[in-house]
Amino acid sequence: MSVDASTVRRIAHLARIAVTEAEVPHLQGELNAMLAFVEQLSEVNVDGVEPMTSVTPMEMKKRADVVNDGEIPDDIVRNAPETQNRFFLVPKVVE
Amino acid sequence: MTDLTSMTIAEAKAGLANKSFTSLELTDAHLAAMEAARSLNAFVLETPDQARAMARAIDARIAKGEGGPLAGIPLGIKDLFATKGVRTTACSKILGNFVPPYESTVTSQLWRDGAVMLGKLNNDEFAMGSSNETSCFGPVVNPWRREGSNTTLVPGGSSGGSASAVAALLCMGATATDTGGSIRQPAAFTATVGVKPTYGRCSRWGIVAFASSLDQAGPMARTVRDSAILMRSMAGHDPKDTTSVDIGVPDYEAAIGKSVKGMKIGIPREYRLDGMPTEIEKLWSEGAAWLKAAGADLVEVSLPHTKYALPAYYIVAPAEASSNLARYDGVRYGLRVPGRSIGELYENTRAEGFGDEVRRRVMIGTYVLSAGYYDAYYLRAQKVRTLIKKDFEDCFAKGISAILTPATPSAAFGVGEKGGADPVEMYLNDIFTVTVNMAGLPGIAVPAGKDAQGLPLGLQLIGRPFDEETLFSLGEVVEQAAGRFTPQRWW
Repeated sequence: MSVDASTVRRIAHLARIAVTEAEVPHLQGELNAMLAFVEQLSEVNVDGVEPMTSVTPMEMKKRADVVNDGEIPDDIVRNAPETQNRFFLVPKVVE
Repeated sequence: MTDLTSMTIAEAKAGLANKSFTSLELTDAHLAAMEAARSLNAFVLETPDQARAMARAIDARIAKGEGGPLAGIPLGIKDLFATKGVRTTACSKILGNFVPPYESTVTSQLWRDGAVMLGKLNNDEFAMGSSNETSCFGPVVNPWRREGSNTTLVPGGSSGGSASAVAALLCMGATATDTGGSIRQPAAFTATVGVKPTYGRCSRWGIVAFASSLDQAGPMARTVRDSAILMRSMAGHDPKDTTSVDIGVPDYEAAIGKSVKGMKIGIPREYRLDGMPTEIEKLWSEGAAWLKAAGADLVEVSLPHTKYALPAYYIVAPAEASSNLARYDGVRYGLRVPGRSIGELYENTRAEGFGDEVRRRVMIGTYVLSAGYYDAYYLRAQKVRTLIKKDFEDCFAKGISAILTPATPSAAFGVGEKGGADPVEMYLNDIFTVTVNMAGLPGIAVPAGKDAQGLPLGLQLIGRPFDEETLFSLGEVVEQAAGRFTPQRWW
């Protein structure tokens, strides 16, 4: 399988990465090189094989349903590029 | 002060214990070495004030006889580990000046045991790379050069800063991470020892995530014994990482010098690649001969799905990365590039903040997870992964204790030499190491010789799950036979 230019634009949008028209052909070539490389997996017989979900067989651990952290709002927003009164600021979302 | 930087961790521990020198003296010697080696670009942040404060504090503890297993030992920390109050960037523009208000579990255990932090080490952006050329701080320089040449060589990656700093005597050991070979390949390129522990052995909490089912932290050091010493402090159960395994941490150092007599060591025939350089083949048979001389039995084994590990990896790892890196949105931390809408803010921030390799992998990961392609790519890759793991299980079920392979298909290459036209050319570096991540197994890379141009080459040993001890025993046999390799200082 390979991707065309419009698929490259669609993937970029799904990944939320702005891509200029000039970059599309180059990206298309790189993505297709990767897809050509992984194409060899189609020759493996995977009939009846379970997909791996955990590399180490283990029971899913669950934490106790209790509050064990918090009260650190200043730490939470300290690295944010734009804040106001301990809130993260974003462009207006709802008109 | 050269003497203080050329010691092993084991020697420095002895020297500190019998008061031959203080941790502050040891730390100052390394800070001076770092300053003199800035042309290597191994450190992206030096923290001399913090290092000296930590050294003074540990000297006071040592004086009271309190110490700890790493008391006073100066280390470098890969910039993928969150360090409280100290800038942590994963060497990506998108994290900018991120200063974590928390400490990663692995590094907190090092400080608990008395280690001193010298600074943060360079790596490929988000650990995506095999040459340390994708870092937003620029490439790291390998302290090794080809004989009679001053061509700048890469130290490998993604833990290139760790490898270069340990090899150039800028720190006594370093933390690193390995998702497809990022500890073992740079170790092989710099004649250092690198350990990728079993998945679940070291906590991933506080380490910038790349591909969560593959990422593991591990040590880099100049000897097998030193890597065992570091490993004991780094490993251990952490309730904050649900994939961290709740089993005891053995005294890895005690495995050094243990007899390997009667151990069955597998030589996988699928690792004998067409066109493999004769030097690599020679190194591999030499390694087998050393283990045999120590009493091990060498057995040819088969791992039939080996050739599919790298292509399956380039589906699984980017898929997980595309999901993990979704958090970089310009809102909560790091870089922000304005846009008219929130969507534009995300797109502009991520376009500006991610480098080419990261963008490529996030996009391919997005594609293989997208509707209509998930089954053909991602699901199939995870099935192939099951088969890769089964190959190893079948092998271990026949009584094989460990598997011996080359660590890399070549010695270190020049900056800008690989991957320019086709990204896959660079990916092939991890052909011998990536199977280990796919199967969640432990692996160690040990320096084993040099190529015709005088560059170091390494051997890899792959172990059974949670049996790192056998790797340390076998690794030491290789080290004893091969000797140690130190680069000629030119920087």
